[in-house]
This record gives sequence, C-alpha cells and structure tokens, in this order.
Amino acid sequence: MRRLPETLETTGPTGAAGQHQRHDSAYRHVSGAALYVDDIPCPAGTKHAYVGLSQHAHANISKLDLSAVRTASGVTDVITAQDVPGHLDIGPVFPGDPLMASDQVDFFGQVVFAVLANTYDQARHAARLANIQYAPLSADITIEQGLDSKSFVRPSHRQQRGDAQEAIKASALSIQGELQIGGQEQMYLEGQVSLAIPQEDGGMLVHSSSQHPSETQKLVAEVLDIPMHLVTVEVRRMGGAFGGKETNANQWACIAALLAARSGTPVKLRLARADDITATGKRHPFKNDYQVGVNDAGVIQGIAMSLSGNCGMSPDLSDAIVDRAMFHADNAYYLGHADISGHRVKTNTVSHTAFRGFGGPQGMLAIEHVIEDIAIATGLDPLTVRKRNFYSGEGGRDTTHYGQQIEQHLIAQIVERLEHSADYWPRRESIKTFNAQNNVLRKGLALTPVKFGISFTVTHLNQAGALLHVYTDGSIQLNHGGTEMGQGLYIKVAQIVAQELQVDLERIAITATRTDKVPNTSPTAASSGSDLNGMAARDAARTIRERLTLFAASHFNVDADQVSFADNQVRAGDNKLSFAELAQLAYLNRVQLSATGYYATPKIHYDREKASGRPFFYYAYGAALSEVTVDTLTGEYVLNRVDICQDVGQSLNPAIDIGQIEGGFIQGMGWLTTEELVWGADGRLQTNNPASYKIPAIGDTPPVFNVELLPDSPNTEATIFHSKAVGEPPLMLGISVWCALRDAVASLAEHRIRPRLNAPATAEQVFMACEAIREEAQQA
Amino acid sequence: MQFLFGQIPTTLSGDDASLSVLDFLRERQGRCGTKEGCASGDCGACTVVVAETDDAGLSYRAINACITPTGELAGKQLITVEELANGEDYHPVQQALVDFHGSQCGFCTPGFVMSLYAAYQNAEAPDRDNILRTLGGNLCRCTGYRPIIDAAEAALTERQAAPQQDDAETIDQLAQLESGTGSGRYHAPTSIAELNDAIKAHPKARLIAGGTDLWLEVTQLLKRPERLISLNRVEELTGHHSDGNALHIGAAATYEQVTPLLLADYPEMQELLLRLGSLQIRNRGTLGGNIANASPIGDMPPALLALDAQLVLNRQGQTRHVPLETFFQDYRKTILQPGEFIQTILIPRRQPEEQIAFYKISKRLEDDISASCGAFRIRIEDDQVADVRVAFGGMAAIPARALHCEEALRGQAWNEATLKTAMAALAEDFQPIDDFRASADYRGKVSANLLKRFYLNCQPKPDLIRVSSHA
Repeated sequence: MRRLPETLETTGPTGAAGQHQRHDSAYRHVSGAALYVDDIPCPAGTKHAYVGLSQHAHANISKLDLSAVRTASGVTDVITAQDVPGHLDIGPVFPGDPLMASDQVDFFGQVVFAVLANTYDQARHAARLANIQYAPLSADITIEQGLDSKSFVRPSHRQQRGDAQEAIKASALSIQGELQIGGQEQMYLEGQVSLAIPQEDGGMLVHSSSQHPSETQKLVAEVLDIPMHLVTVEVRRMGGAFGGKETNANQWACIAALLAARSGTPVKLRLARADDITATGKRHPFKNDYQVGVNDAGVIQGIAMSLSGNCGMSPDLSDAIVDRAMFHADNAYYLGHADISGHRVKTNTVSHTAFRGFGGPQGMLAIEHVIEDIAIATGLDPLTVRKRNFYSGEGGRDTTHYGQQIEQHLIAQIVERLEHSADYWPRRESIKTFNAQNNVLRKGLALTPVKFGISFTVTHLNQAGALLHVYTDGSIQLNHGGTEMGQGLYIKVAQIVAQELQVDLERIAITATRTDKVPNTSPTAASSGSDLNGMAARDAARTIRERLTLFAASHFNVDADQVSFADNQVRAGDNKLSFAELAQLAYLNRVQLSATGYYATPKIHYDREKASGRPFFYYAYGAALSEVTVDTLTGEYVLNRVDICQDVGQSLNPAIDIGQIEGGFIQGMGWLTTEELVWGADGRLQTNNPASYKIPAIGDTPPVFNVELLPDSPNTEATIFHSKAVGEPPLMLGISVWCALRDAVASLAEHRIRPRLNAPATAEQVFMACEAIREEAQQA
Repeated sequence: MQFLFGQIPTTLSGDDASLSVLDFLRERQGRCGTKEGCASGDCGACTVVVAETDDAGLSYRAINACITPTGELAGKQLITVEELANGEDYHPVQQALVDFHGSQCGFCTPGFVMSLYAAYQNAEAPDRDNILRTLGGNLCRCTGYRPIIDAAEAALTERQAAPQQDDAETIDQLAQLESGTGSGRYHAPTSIAELNDAIKAHPKARLIAGGTDLWLEVTQLLKRPERLISLNRVEELTGHHSDGNALHIGAAATYEQVTPLLLADYPEMQELLLRLGSLQIRNRGTLGGNIANASPIGDMPPALLALDAQLVLNRQGQTRHVPLETFFQDYRKTILQPGEFIQTILIPRRQPEEQIAFYKISKRLEDDISASCGAFRIRIEDDQVADVRVAFGGMAAIPARALHCEEALRGQAWNEATLKTAMAALAEDFQPIDDFRASADYRGKVSANLLKRFYLNCQPKPDLIRVSSHA
C-alpha cells in the first residue's frame, strides 16, 4: 500500500525543508573563513609528524636503520610498530591493516615508521633519511596476477537464481565478453590531516578530516590502549572525502595521537599530495567476465557474471564493496536466470577502499557493457534493448537476483521522459547521417539508466543519533553523527529541524560533529547521511516540540491539539507567542529544552548464506543521455551535451541536490575517461599527483548540461519527508559517456562489431579501439 | 625588498623572499584562507592575485602561491582571499559563487574566488571561452563546474556595467615601495649587467625565470635552493618586440605577456598557448624557462623548432647566436656553459605562403602534459613541397625535428602517397617510450596521424577533423 506523503509546505519558515538553500558555509568558503584541520590555529608547542613509506611492494625488512632520521635537524621522536602500546592492527572490519609495518611490507607506500619534529619541513625531510633494506618477495601487482595466484582477501560470494547455464544454452543467442575497469583516486582537494591534542586526564582530542569520527575515536583509543571515553574526535568539515576518508583517515589520526601521547605536545600530521595518493586506497579496479543468453527480441534469458575486485593487500571494506558490485550487476534490468559471483582479489598494492558508489559503479558498468553488446549482436538500438529489459511491476519481472522485490518502478518513466525531452530518436538519426558523412570525426550517443540501492549493506550501520538544544532566547543548537564533506548534509538536517519546529533556519546553529556529543555513530557514507541523521534530528526536534506542546497546553489551559507551531510562532488556543517566548517560559517552568534523537532504518535484512533478502530500504533512480564526438585519428573526444533526470524523491533542498547530481556525473565521467591509475611492475603508483592523474577540469564540463529532478515523485518509503538519497547515485550517470564513446567507435563498423574498450576510455584507449575495429572490419 | 601585502607595505627578509608565497602566508603570517591542494601548481587551490602597474594602470594576475617565491612579489601588490570582503559586504565574485551554489566542500573555493577576482578586476569579457581560460587551472572535485561557470558569467557581466575603478591610491603606494635587489638567499637584479655580476658573485646560484618547474624541486624533492637569482625584473629579459626579421622575445617574459606578439604572426599557436599549463602557470612561466629547462615534454620547443627559432645566449656580457635545434643535447642537457643564460629568443617573421599547425595530445584538454606534441610548417609550390619543418615533443629525450619525415616530404608532390611515406618515416626519427602518459605504440601512431591531420587540414576543402573546433 502506498502511503500518502507528508507534503512540505512551501510557505513555511525561511529555509525550512524543501526550499532552495545555500550551503551553510557558503560565505565562509568564499571568504577563506572556513577552517579545515590544517587551518586551525595550533596550540603553542605543536609538533609535526611525518611518515616513512616502504619502497617495495612485498618484501621482508632485513634492516631498519633509523639513526639518520633520529639525528636529523629538529627531530624529537621516531616510532615504529613496536612502539605501539595498544592494538597495532587498525583494520576497520577485518584485521590486516597494521598502523605501521613490522617485519614485512605488503605494498609500495606502506608506513614503516613515523617521525616527530619541530616543523613540518623538518619532519618531512627527516622521513626521507631512513636506511631500510628489503629482501624482496614475489609480488602480485595486477588483478590477473592475483587471480593466477588464487590470492583473495575474503571468500568469494555467489548470488544465484534459477539455472543460468541452462538458460544461456537454451537462448536464441548467446554472447560472452570481458571488461577491465580501472580504479579511481578520490582526489579530495584537502589531503589527509589530523591534529591530536593531549588532554589533562590522559585523553586525546583529535581534529581529523574523517568521515567516520566514531571509528577514528575507537581506533585511537585502541592504539593508545585507553578507554574510548578518553578520546574525543571532532570534525567540522572536510575538504572533500568521497569515501577516501571513511577508513583511510584513521591511520593518520592514530599516528598523530600516539606521537602526541608520547611527547605530551599537540601533534599535527598532514600528508603531502604525492604521499597521500600513494599511501591511501582508491576505488577498486575490477575485471568482469560475462556470458549472456538473449531471445530474438534482445531480452535477457540468463546471465553468468564474474566480478573480480582488486582489493589490494587487506580486506578493509572490500567485502561490502564487492557485495555492492554484485547487488548492482543487474542495474535496472531483470536478469532472468542469474549466476553472479564476486571475488575479492588480493594484490600487493594499497588496500582499496570506499569511493562514492562503493562497488556499485563497477557492477553497473559490467551490465551496461553487456547491454551494449546485446544491441550490437541483435542489431537493435541500445535504448530499445534497455527498455525491453527493464524491471517492471508486471509479468513477474520485479525481483532482483538477490531476492528483493522492487516496489517503486520509476526507471521506465524517467528514461521515457529523457527520450522525449532530449530528442533521443531524432538525434540518433542525425548522428547516423553525420557519421556516414565523416571519416575522421564520429559521434556517439547513449542513454543509460541508474538504479541504486540505498542502505548500508552491513545492517547495523543503519542507525543514527542527534542532539538538539533550545536556549532561552529561542536559538537552537543542532548536532548529529553525520559529517560535512561538502555534500550539504548540515544544511539539510538544519532545514529538517526548522521544518519540525517551524522556525527560521537562521535560528539554528550547526555545530561540528563530535564523538562526545553524539556517540557510536556510523560513517557518513552509502548516501545515507540525510536519511539517517535527518530522521534522528527530526526525532529530537519532535521530542522538544512534544514537551513544549504539553507545557503550553497545561500553561494556557487548553487541549494539546489546540497548540500549534507555525512560522516562528506558537499558538495555544487564543494565546499567541513567539517561539523564543515559549522557550523562555518553558525554562522558567522547568521544562527540559535539550533532547537526543535516534533512528534505525526499518525493513532491511540480508541472509548471506542464502544470498537473498532485502538489503536496501529503497532504490534511487536516474538516467543520463550523453553525446560525444570522437576524433578517430587521435582518440581525442569532446562531450557535446548531457541531459539528466534524477529521482530524489521529494527534495529536501533542490539546489543542493542538483549540485550533487552535476558533481557526481562529472566525477563518474572522470573515472571512465581521463582518470587513469598506472602502477609500475614494481608496484609503485606512477600517477601520484595531479600533474599525472587527471581529474576533469572546467573545460570538460559539457557546454549543454541539463539537469532535472524528477517531479512529483515522493519516496514511497517513509524516509525523511519522503526524500531520497542523492550522494552516490548520480556518479553512475557518467556511464553514459563511456557508452557514448563506445557507440562512436562502433560506428566505424556500422555497429556490427563489438568494440574492445576498457575503462577508463582515455584518448589512447579510444584510438586503439578505433584501430582495432577498423582492422577487424577490413578482415570481415 | 618591499611589496604591498594588501594595502600594507611589507619588507621581506632574504630568507622569507626564498619561501613560497603559500608558506609565507600560512606558516609565517597565519593567513590560512589560501589552501594547499597539491603544492605543485596543478590544482589552483592556492591561487592568489598579484597586481602591478602597467601602461593601463593596474593589471591583476592570478598565480599559484605554492610555486612562487615571495621575493617575486617585490614592487607588487599581493591580494589574498581574506581581503576581498568588507565585513559582510562581499565582492561580486564571492557573492556570485554563493548565489549560484558554486562551493560544496569549499576547499578549492578561495582559489576560484581569486582567479575570478583577477578576471573581474581586469574587466574580462563574460564569454564561456574566456571563463574556461580564466579557470582552467582551478580544479574542483565536487561541483562539476557548471555553477562556477554560471557564477563567473554573472560576475563578469556585472563588471561590464560597473564604473571604472580608481586604482590611483594603490599605484601611488606601489611607486613608493623600495623594491631592492635582494640579498642572502634571494637576488633580483634589474639589468643584464647586474645579473652578470650576481652570477659571477654566486656561481652556484640557481636562475629562476618563473620557477613553475624549478619550484617542484622544493615542494616535491624537498631541495630548497641555497641561493636564487631571479630574472623576473631584469629589464632586457622581460621585454619583447618585433622588427622586419624576427620576433624578439626576452627570455624572462611570461607566456601571457608574449601571447599577443606570437599570435599576431602565428595565430595557429592559439590553442597550444591556451593549453600550455594554466593561466596561473602562463602568468609566471616564461619561454626562456621552458627552453633552458630542456624538458622533453615542454610545449613550446617543438613549435619553436618548426619555426626555426634562434637563441641569443649571454655569458658575462659575451653573446652568441645559436639555432634552437643545436641547443638541446640530451635529456635535460643543453649547450649552456656555466654562467651562461638565454637572453633572447628570435622567431622569424611569418612568411605568408606557409601553412602551419601545432597539435598537442594529452589525456586532458586543459592543463596537462603532452604525450606527443607535433609542430608542422610547410610551403607548397606548384603542388610540390618546397620546404618543410616537422618537430615533435614527447617522442624522444629532447624535443627534436623529424628529419627523416621532412626528407620524405621535401621536393615531393604534396599528395596522399607522399603523406604515407612521410608518416612511415617518422618511425625512423623517433623510438618513443612507454610511460604513464601513453604507450610507445600510441605515441608512434598518433604522431603519424598528426601529420595526416595536418595534411587534411591543408586541403582546399578540409574535412571536419578536430574535436576541439567542433561541438
């Protein structure tokens, strides 16, 4: 049964939920007043830490001579693994991530020791003076090498429905293929940084650029061997994170805290960019293989897919990441008989970690690659193939290969909307004409869907807390467990409170996320920030509102239903007073004006043994239509136009949501186009700075870039004001660019040959695909 | 040495002068609005603006604070993000970025603000190309840039209608500064005579002509030079002019300064110049630096080789003229003698009958380093190749002419058969390497195809051949 949504009043107080509202720090951003960890004025006596990184991918340390480091100018302390009083392993879910290497290094760039000095320059300089000798061991660098060694960080997982092999065999047409997908560096503009300040009780205050302050707190406590109640972690904001600070911020906080505990002075540790990129994890590179059987109409009958993620040297979050790839190997398509397996390949590279989409993009690209191949094999337009394979509420095509029944079907509607608003078919025709007339330049077009599951697939993480104080002047202070990394979470949650208490947004002060205000929080990840923390904050606001309602009813001697809050005013029967006056009055009458709030997502479960369940509370949908022009002489290309329609339910803040969609799209496009990670045979990452690793620049933004929020489409689940998550889903809209590039290449053989185009589709990759398909067409 | 720090005349010690502007701001002054994103001039988070007097009054230039020594500010005004707003009265570029939701995490934002501020102060036109040129050196990982482009357009449009600013007070203040010539770790001679004296007195000092590459030794290799001699203010090295024979370009003139002169004769160079680093880099980088640095992947040498540029070298007042093609000896090795420097680059004037093209291949269009960079100059008479010069960067240890390729073209009919032979001949000229920018295979094939593109482009009815000129 579809519940009627609570509609958001458009005439509520200024800045309440549903309204366009600028980022809470916008003025501070543009004036340079916004403080990031490295900008916080350091207490007197602050020292600076730096780390020494291994120069081998896999080796025993045969000699560790740090005497030159110790005697370097300004150095006051040097530590190695044996100086850790508590836990050495800081693996977030499974063990495998030592704070510092002991006898053996497992990737090029692993921390071997840390040094403390009076200045940043001194510490950084000293860290390069170590004399370390290595006895190299055999190293697997590529995913193929890891697969050949049958080396895995976690057991494989398999999701099955029916008999895929039989179904493929029985199909009119069967195809197989493979696809290599590169990783992606998060490239947050603010690098990893922590400032640890020892406290009088033996505890530690840590300012960290972390998406997961509670985990940072726990690990600092474990490393120092002190109880968690002595450690406070504060995060006001991050200068970007994108998953790269979900677990990967912990190490630097722990090292800074350990050196601070030893020295009794504040310690700051900030990684220089090249070391940051070398020593922290990235989006997992994947290798995907598939076999699919389709009928004459291009409808999938059965599919077997093998998704192998390069996890690097430890599990970190890889179990959940490869799971999420598997959960998205269907994207928006009913797969019929399906056999999806996911492998967690171990290599001697940095442990790969969270990055916006969290495995979902790699699974989704796998199936979009299959769809494009089906189109070429059947001679159908890819859009036709897509539409014929969509999930639908009819014909028994509404259940995923992991057993979740889809309740809200929006993809057909969104795709149709774009198909018409952006003139898919007329443009397809004009591109055919263009391509027929041009030898050098070729155009490509692709309209690709996104269906993204919302919830942490680790069920217990789906909880959140909030803390709300109302002061006697009616001003409000808000705190919750979510962190701000630019996504606009703080402003959205504040808007929710403004809506609940019917006060202007400016009355609400947003405060830094701190583990001593709201404890035991989950990472701000999985697009869940506003779903979870918004609900928790609403819970707190409702508690206060209820208390005030009961108080006003009794004070003014009216029934509780005679008390109403609207537009900064409170009415109790015929009495009318301002919110501030009521707060004051409530205080004088000893009513508690502080409340906590809590939320746990309902309905979700997943049985790993049976590989079946409902891992997601709901799905967020979207689609993008991209058009490219490729220079087949060089492989260079431009993105001419993009049209997007995204389902955000009932938007909490359309301006913020559009920002997430545009930014996510461009980031996803970067992953699949110019962002290429290159490791040498020795395991050294060669693209370790923005000179060699190219994220999209301003000229990569298409000149025509239309973004629409799907109107009149509230979430059918009872999320906060029936909104939907928007952090991750738009990243996968970038897949349309990759598909459009492949479409342009395929035009060189009249779409009769499947191009081999791995990701990222750099100019070189596109050029090589053009050469190969021309050669194949000539031979045919 | 003195500079204006905002409106405050500030004296630099020799030690501070050799610090980067970014370290000076953040470490010495506690001014943390300017951010460090990469410390290599590649992200623009540290962008600050330098104002200096010129013929038109004040000109404003965005630069990367992370790779600019503070001494380079002598006699100029430094403007940082903290100075733009007056209380809650925000500068129009700040207000536009707020109004258009141009910041998300906010870390890159001060850099965008300052790049836009320079464009605003210079009253740049609010068209898209100009906005992309202005902001091509500022990376944002959050927004996808669309709101920033819209904000820029709004702010620059507003500027068109704004009254002329009165810069008289600042110009006056700048005139009163004691610029000095430096001391200790940092010297800034103002004439060739002073420069030669400084070189003689400090033979081990490093010359800095922009420092956009040199300073990476400081931030990445942690090698702070013991002593720097800046060419930034040597009068004879910073000028440029043309006569009947050649364009004369002072070795320490910045790309931005010499662009109009270059484009007047060689408009084909426009895209190459636009794609050379970023505006922040072009505001600091110099032709002399690009050549003396002798990197195999410098963007200008292939073009200058194709144009047969000559260099004037100076060693303690003794000058010699050398063709650029004899200058590069091996990887990062040149014929420069100890104490010798490039004084002037001479580029022959445009010959009207020549056809010319410069093509750069890189992963990203903006602010990227070449995988291959081809320069082509040809003169066709009676359908025959009367003269030709072809040069490449990124294909060998030094930027070099493609002599076999030229040989295959020279004197031949300008047709597809000749083209095919010339494309094949490139394999004899270069044995390129595999690296993270490109494979050897791609470098070889794409370079040959650049010649093909040039051929197609020379046809009376050129096919549609460039994505950059097509949308």
